Amino acid sequence: MSNEEIIIQGPNIAHGAEAATDHHGHEHHEQHFIWKYIFSQDHKIISKQFLFTGIFWAIVGAMFSVFFRFQLGFPDSTFPIMEKVLGDWAKGGKISPEFYYALVTMHGTILVFFVLTAGLSGTFANLLIPLQIGARDMASPFLNMLSYWFFFLSGCIMFVSLFVETGPAAGGWTSYPPLSALKEASLGSGIGMDLWIISMATFVVSSLLGGLNYIATILNMRTRGMTMTRMPLTVWALFFTAILGVLSFPVLFSGLILLLFDRNMGTSFYLSEIFIGGKALPHIGGSAILYQHLFWFLGHPEVYIIMLPGMGMASEILSCNSRKPIFGYFAMIISLIGITVLAFVVWAHHMFVTGMSPFLGSIFVLLTLLIAVPSAVKVFNWITTMWRGNLRFTVGMLFAMGFVSLFISGGLTGLFLGNSALDIHLHDTYFVVAHFHIVMGVSAFFGMFAGIYHWYPKMFGRFMNNTLGYIHFFITFAGAYLIFWPMHYEGLAGMPRRYYDYSAWESFKSFQGLNAFISIVALIVFLTQIMFVINFVASIFRGRKVLNSNPWSSPTLEWTTPTIVPPHGNWHGEIPEVHRWPYDYKDDGNGNDFIPQTRPLAPGEESH
Amino acid sequence: MSGFISIALVALVFIIIYQIGKASEYAGVLRGEEKVKVQTNRTIAWLLLAFFILGLYGLWECNEMFKGRVLNISASEQGIEYDRMFNLTLLVTGVVFFATQAALFWFAFKYQSTEKRTSFFYPHNNKLEIIWTTIPAIAMAILVAIGLRAWFNMTSEAPKDAQVVEIVGKQFNWLVRYPGRDGVLGKRDFRKISDADNILGLDWTDKDNMDDVIVQNGELHCVLGKPIKLIIGSRDVIHDVGLAHFRMKMDAVPGIVTTLWFTPVVSTEKMKQITGNPNFVYEISCDQMCGKGHYSMRGTIIVHETQAQYDAWMLMQQSYYSSVHKPAAPEEQKKEVKTDTVKVVTMK
Ligand code: HEM
Ligand SMILES: [Cu+2]
Ligand SMILES: [Cu+2]
Repeated sequence: MSNEEIIIQGPNIAHGAEAATDHHGHEHHEQHFIWKYIFSQDHKIISKQFLFTGIFWAIVGAMFSVFFRFQLGFPDSTFPIMEKVLGDWAKGGKISPEFYYALVTMHGTILVFFVLTAGLSGTFANLLIPLQIGARDMASPFLNMLSYWFFFLSGCIMFVSLFVETGPAAGGWTSYPPLSALKEASLGSGIGMDLWIISMATFVVSSLLGGLNYIATILNMRTRGMTMTRMPLTVWALFFTAILGVLSFPVLFSGLILLLFDRNMGTSFYLSEIFIGGKALPHIGGSAILYQHLFWFLGHPEVYIIMLPGMGMASEILSCNSRKPIFGYFAMIISLIGITVLAFVVWAHHMFVTGMSPFLGSIFVLLTLLIAVPSAVKVFNWITTMWRGNLRFTVGMLFAMGFVSLFISGGLTGLFLGNSALDIHLHDTYFVVAHFHIVMGVSAFFGMFAGIYHWYPKMFGRFMNNTLGYIHFFITFAGAYLIFWPMHYEGLAGMPRRYYDYSAWESFKSFQGLNAFISIVALIVFLTQIMFVINFVASIFRGRKVLNSNPWSSPTLEWTTPTIVPPHGNWHGEIPEVHRWPYDYKDDGNGNDFIPQTRPLAPGEESH
Repeated sequence: MSGFISIALVALVFIIIYQIGKASEYAGVLRGEEKVKVQTNRTIAWLLLAFFILGLYGLWECNEMFKGRVLNISASEQGIEYDRMFNLTLLVTGVVFFATQAALFWFAFKYQSTEKRTSFFYPHNNKLEIIWTTIPAIAMAILVAIGLRAWFNMTSEAPKDAQVVEIVGKQFNWLVRYPGRDGVLGKRDFRKISDADNILGLDWTDKDNMDDVIVQNGELHCVLGKPIKLIIGSRDVIHDVGLAHFRMKMDAVPGIVTTLWFTPVVSTEKMKQITGNPNFVYEISCDQMCGKGHYSMRGTIIVHETQAQYDAWMLMQQSYYSSVHKPAAPEEQKKEVKTDTVKVVTMK
């Protein structure tokens, strides 16, 4: 055993003798169910835990959007079925304004944090980092386990908040004070808001534990020959995602703790000169804008935390199914670096109309539009990757292409919003809702779907049903555009977001028909996602078995493990050594159109 | 009952689709997987192409449908510049949008896998990368330059002769304060606020307050062609003065004062003709989530054709001081003066 290998195997030896003997002796000493599947330290199991929890929350979050879309689409109708599900909050089948705002807030929080941060990064960082860099597990499997359980705890707290008497938080997913700081300001600012803050703080802990682990693993645990520049772009993307999270989540944490103090301890960090509930409050000297700075210092990087994993997976899946190397591997890495760095210095573009100094605003305009450059480079490279390829339309490939299409559509509207002079009209209208749903909501979901369809065989040793997958793709793709494209027009007319009802507004009521249309499509899209979940669950037990351990003919390391990846250790025997970059889609001389990373360079062959 | 039936129907559809999915899988195995794969691939390529073409058609239809209703003519001078800049940005992004989407879908169709095709090993080309880094960078620089010019124009000091009006948000309506004859807004202090007789906390020791007028139904009156400067404040949580027709917006933040100014160039009467809507009214929407009545926090702007009209309206107003320091009867009367608003939903 070489020195290097001892280092690589370190953590496995550290967490139990059975793991150390495991990958040599193969006689797997059976663990108790609880340790194997529940408090597991195996990255593959943790990955599935994140995925299942993410799917649960995705259903909840999406269902909430269907409920409030009912209200928006049909403000004059009642839906008795909603009273059955929501109880008093939807008396007579019509949701109350308070609860409408609670639903919107929970929808945003759940989808942004629980689904597209924890569910997405948690699943794929855990699954792919060790398998693609050739490690037996994470740097610290124990912290990795804690990361999941803190996420679980955070979810439980949020879930409990749905049932408190005054309802869950209702100040929007951004929870700006003073609205969120004063119990008198809204029902949702009661105990529900405290729970929201505690849940989010717990979530930050989970996210930091996970992120630090991913970074440490990528830096320290790569197998022999796996230099940084031989890592697949998925790993690069997950690496920068983790860096973004580790550097920005603590700032959110501090912002939330100050908010908790303002709420419960009489401090005035965010409060000043307020008259509410019939009396003037004693608070003086705080700044409501301070919270917005703290929030968006995470909030903006957060949208890239959501985007980058999708970008990485789309790169990988596009290349694999075009049977062609990703175009501009280094340009892809450099643009990831550019996006990561710039992501930290554009946050105030969410605050152009808070009255901040126009000069400061102008700096953020410049930096914001600058971030369009690396994004554009990525798009051009993806498209060139497909050029003169040999395209295989697996379901994963379709979702990866859909990702690119949506990223273009949503990214371009960012140029309107990033330019303060244009944002001054569009800010907080449906134009923004359209923009961020397309560019981050739906396209990150597409990245996630692509990843799930593509790596499903790795996770479960079976395929998902293809036909259902194609139906899922086309309905979701068309649905995404049908739902969110028309919202741009509403936004241009100035229609504000977070409105419960537009019928009293002369300027906006003409969009009622459109709103009804959008709501119907949203319902159809929602049902299609349920079909996806059914396909997902049923295929675990009934899906077609994977016979060939490398079903997509991919050169990367994760496909060199046995089809059923051995728990604790991933590879029987030694971890393979890596000799080349991950995108060698060329004739290997034996009729295959790719060369695995583990194959040494042929004499005279140049490395990439 | 109908709820139960619809759930049963949905479940049935699920089962059917699932069975189709399953059946097609078995059929695939029977007919030879390779052959099915090739066929599926071709079908999907056609579907993608159809998607793109239908998408373009849908986009066009969508534009036709909403043409008149979005961004209708700007009612402020600043807005005219806004629209010009908007159209330029739309042009730039539009070109990129069509070029990239077309390439994406066309390549998907053109390079679909066939038995004969092999892919072209093309890992990088630094010249291309440099080209498509510089071109977006230049385009961005231009957009930034144009944007910042407009931005500094909009956020510049209001002209000296501008009409000054204070607008204060509270849950859930707008209070508009006019400076009265002296043209000066007096001091106010949130500690002096009382919902009964001092809604804005005016400091009665300040003489400037005595003639200030507070319009409590959120009506903002101004004059065609005369710049108007808003002093924006909030009594409780953050609100936002959204002026869609004037392409302007500014937050109302408790504890700080924000401002915004614009020059109205289309009067309310004229806009009624232009839109052909006799009920047309410029609306002030609250654009920042402020609680349960957020969606009903509505104000209006009345742009008078002439200064004389405005003055006539102003003459009818009573100073806030006299309205709260007088017997209730005349105040009652005043409230009934018919105003130019449509149904106002005000939540308590
Ligand atoms: C079926 C798909 C979806 C539909 C129909 C939908 C619809 C909506 C609508 C109409 C709003 C605005 C509500 C209002 O302002 O009154 C909204 C808000 C929001 N949505 Fe979605 N959405 C969907 C999926 C997603 C996804 C995938 C994400 C993930 C990022 C997401 C994140 C958000 C966020 C962050 C907000 C803002 C919440 C707030 O205002 O605080 N949504 N959604
Ligand atoms: Cu941002
Ligand atoms: Cu509001």
